Amino acid sequence: MLDHVLRRMGFGASQAELDKFARVPLVGVIGHLLNYERVPDGIDAKINDPNYVAVTTRGQFQPNTVINDARQRWLFRMVHSERPLQEKLALFWHHHFATAYSKVGGTFGGEHGTKMMDGKASEVAGSRRGQIQLFRDMATGRFDELLIEVAKDPAMLIWLDGRLNGRARPQENFGRELMELFTTGVGHYTEEDVHAAARVFTGWNLRLSGDRASALTSYYEYVYNANQHDPTAKTFTFPVMPDGSRTIPARAAADGEQDGIDLIRALARRPETAERLARKFYAFFVSEFSAPPDALISDMREVYLNNDTSIRAMLVRLFTSNEFLDPANEYSRYIWPVEYVVKAIKETGWTGLSVDAAMTPLVNMGQQLYEPPDVNGWPLGPEWISTASMLSRMNFSATLMANQRFNLQQASSSARQSPEALLDLHLKRFTPSPLADNTRAALLDYLRQGVTWPVTDAQLANKASGLGRLIVGSSEYQFN
Amino acid sequence: MSFTRRQFVKGGVTAFTFGFAAPQFLSELALAQGGGSRNLVVVYLNGGNDALSTLVPYGDPDYYARRPTIAVPAGQVLQVGTDRGGNILGLHPALTGLKSVFDGGRLAIIQRTGYVNSSRSHFQGFDIYGTANPNNSQGTGWLGRYLDTLPSPIDPLVGWNTTRETPRPLVARTVGVPAITSPATYSFASPNAGAEAGFERTAATRISSHLPADRPHLSFVNSTTQAALGTLDRVATVATYRPSLTYPGTGFGQALQAVAGAMNRQIGTKVFWVSTGGYDTHANQNPINGAYNTLMLTVNNGLSSFYNDLRNQGLLDSTLILIFSEFGRRISENGSQGTDHGAAGIMMALGGQVRGGLYGTAGRLRNDPGNPDVENNAIDVRHETDFRAVYARVLDEWLGANSSAILGADFRTGAPAIL
Repeated sequence: MLDHVLRRMGFGASQAELDKFARVPLVGVIGHLLNYERVPDGIDAKINDPNYVAVTTRGQFQPNTVINDARQRWLFRMVHSERPLQEKLALFWHHHFATAYSKVGGTFGGEHGTKMMDGKASEVAGSRRGQIQLFRDMATGRFDELLIEVAKDPAMLIWLDGRLNGRARPQENFGRELMELFTTGVGHYTEEDVHAAARVFTGWNLRLSGDRASALTSYYEYVYNANQHDPTAKTFTFPVMPDGSRTIPARAAADGEQDGIDLIRALARRPETAERLARKFYAFFVSEFSAPPDALISDMREVYLNNDTSIRAMLVRLFTSNEFLDPANEYSRYIWPVEYVVKAIKETGWTGLSVDAAMTPLVNMGQQLYEPPDVNGWPLGPEWISTASMLSRMNFSATLMANQRFNLQQASSSARQSPEALLDLHLKRFTPSPLADNTRAALLDYLRQGVTWPVTDAQLANKASGLGRLIVGSSEYQFN
Repeated sequence: MSFTRRQFVKGGVTAFTFGFAAPQFLSELALAQGGGSRNLVVVYLNGGNDALSTLVPYGDPDYYARRPTIAVPAGQVLQVGTDRGGNILGLHPALTGLKSVFDGGRLAIIQRTGYVNSSRSHFQGFDIYGTANPNNSQGTGWLGRYLDTLPSPIDPLVGWNTTRETPRPLVARTVGVPAITSPATYSFASPNAGAEAGFERTAATRISSHLPADRPHLSFVNSTTQAALGTLDRVATVATYRPSLTYPGTGFGQALQAVAGAMNRQIGTKVFWVSTGGYDTHANQNPINGAYNTLMLTVNNGLSSFYNDLRNQGLLDSTLILIFSEFGRRISENGSQGTDHGAAGIMMALGGQVRGGLYGTAGRLRNDPGNPDVENNAIDVRHETDFRAVYARVLDEWLGANSSAILGADFRTGAPAIL
């Protein structure tokens, strides 16, 4: 189950990582991964260390201002971070609050756009963190506070046009999606609520600060613009005030920012929101194949509601559930393209490999980082799988194995005597879901084709890489 | 051969029997099933197209009153005449190619399409247009159900999706429509060369041929891979297609070029799916110089190239292009020079056998709850033609199917006679 835990709470494991946890009881591993704040986060300093997966630079490596470098840094972190759950949750929230660089960067240029997506606070002007950094910081905190920060996040203010929302004619983009996608879900609000929510967020705008001489020294930040706020009362079809009132009272414009905070706090505390989050977490961390038990969802909902919308409380309940460690739930999710790429790299090896090799394949698999297809995030589960995306997955496997051909040959030298030995060795390295008998037979026949065992070094290089390609490209490997 | 597998659709898993031909017979099957026969190209404008900017009611003073900064000036529209309600209308100025098709009598514009209680959610709205059932946005799509009616065994290339995920309208009970985003990259790579690469492909083909009933998800992935490997060589022939003119470099233009290539190579595809995005114009819509103009240019330039390429090849009479979006947008502009999610939209059809012209009537846009052409407190345009009536016409008159069976009810009465 250790490999299962590391796949779910992270992106799989290299042999070194498996060794590190080998003697720790599972409950200890789970606690270690969950309480990641206790683990130092210095992994970015290892970028360009030859013992780690490489990045490909075009000139200087600029992950705060060049989006493709930012993509490489995030993939690097997924491969190597000692806080894998933090990166996993950042990816989860990136999906939940799906914001696309193309609009953000298309509006204010590549430098600002990249900073706003994933700039590292300690490395950018004004110490303004990007949206993914915000997710890393608040991944297991209070959901209402996360929502408030998301509502003020510059990338989000551009993505859903909040920066342009003024009192003369409010615009509904953020207000609608806040309810439809970020909290309660469709069916739990009316068109009147959408109008009211749009008015609530009038004046939640954006401004340019810092030294405006260049995009590198300036930065965008949230500003509450009282002049653009609609100060009149807003009535909803559900309670929005702590006293249960459905009306946010008229307020002086200067105090109007509180409208949005009241609405967000109310939405975060709605049972529909809690239940929706619980089900999303269950599908992400436990199973897409079986419906979650009502009792578990109910527990997750209650523990969240009783702890000031604590995400952490909900996750603790989930990770300590019987369902999380139920062997029946192993490999019961379709692996996301990003998870697939990172897991394959961790299991295959990375000496001499750059994560840049995954950039175009990820686009073809349907999951480019910072570029979800729309505000609803990526289509999950079986929807990842199409003829084109399966070819892309199989072809990435081929690229990876071609790159690691020599390393695989070296690692396989003890198994040159028989096809069975090589297959067994590979199945210690790679973790597909259990191979169908037909798959196993096809792999062994493949190993026998064209050679006589024991094989030469050159033949071993062919077969070790070819077998790796077939396993990582197999349907069995598409489950996590 | 025939076997049992499960189909996975948004929101659920249902068991069914899947008839699927072995790869070596596919080419003959494709020819038998419809090489050179009629095909349907469905174009989705993703994000909720602002119908009032596509077909401009430039004679309606309320259009200008409610859109002080984003209305298309009357002097710039491409005039297309008067609808049966006496409203003068004009196409967006970027739609010059479509205007030519209209003038040639081959572009049908169906105004105010939609349904009762229109969803203002992109995702639910799209799914409703997909299932053709406003009461159930889950399950199979209307095109998928059409494909299900075709006789078994089915060639996997009977449908061709140019996007990555299977859209709701193509979700079928028995047919898995391949996603072919680019014929040029639709290939099988290997870390080895020569015979070894061939051995790998043989093994991958064998692995994917197995569809264990007790592992439905594995079977689903295997069957997808099987369809990919089984169609690689035919799709490769499309990658070498040289069109009769140069298509735009946009994703939309390139997708249409691939569609034309598939028709030229007589792949036998009956339904193609093409999508172009960016229609969620909440802000800075700017229909003349800005975002919406760019959207219209993309559509116009892509479709013009496609239409002319097909005409040059004599394929126009066997092609029908149907254009739709998940909803129209608000009548009044918002404070950020954009429009929010609305109700009724517009559908268009073009092709060599289309009866062109203006169908339906433009709504009067007066901001008055008593105005019968609007809804939602006079905020949105009310639909006049049920979108399923358009589907019914396409199914019955173009695809030779039974629209009542596929749509679950008879929508023929009053359907616009576009075909």
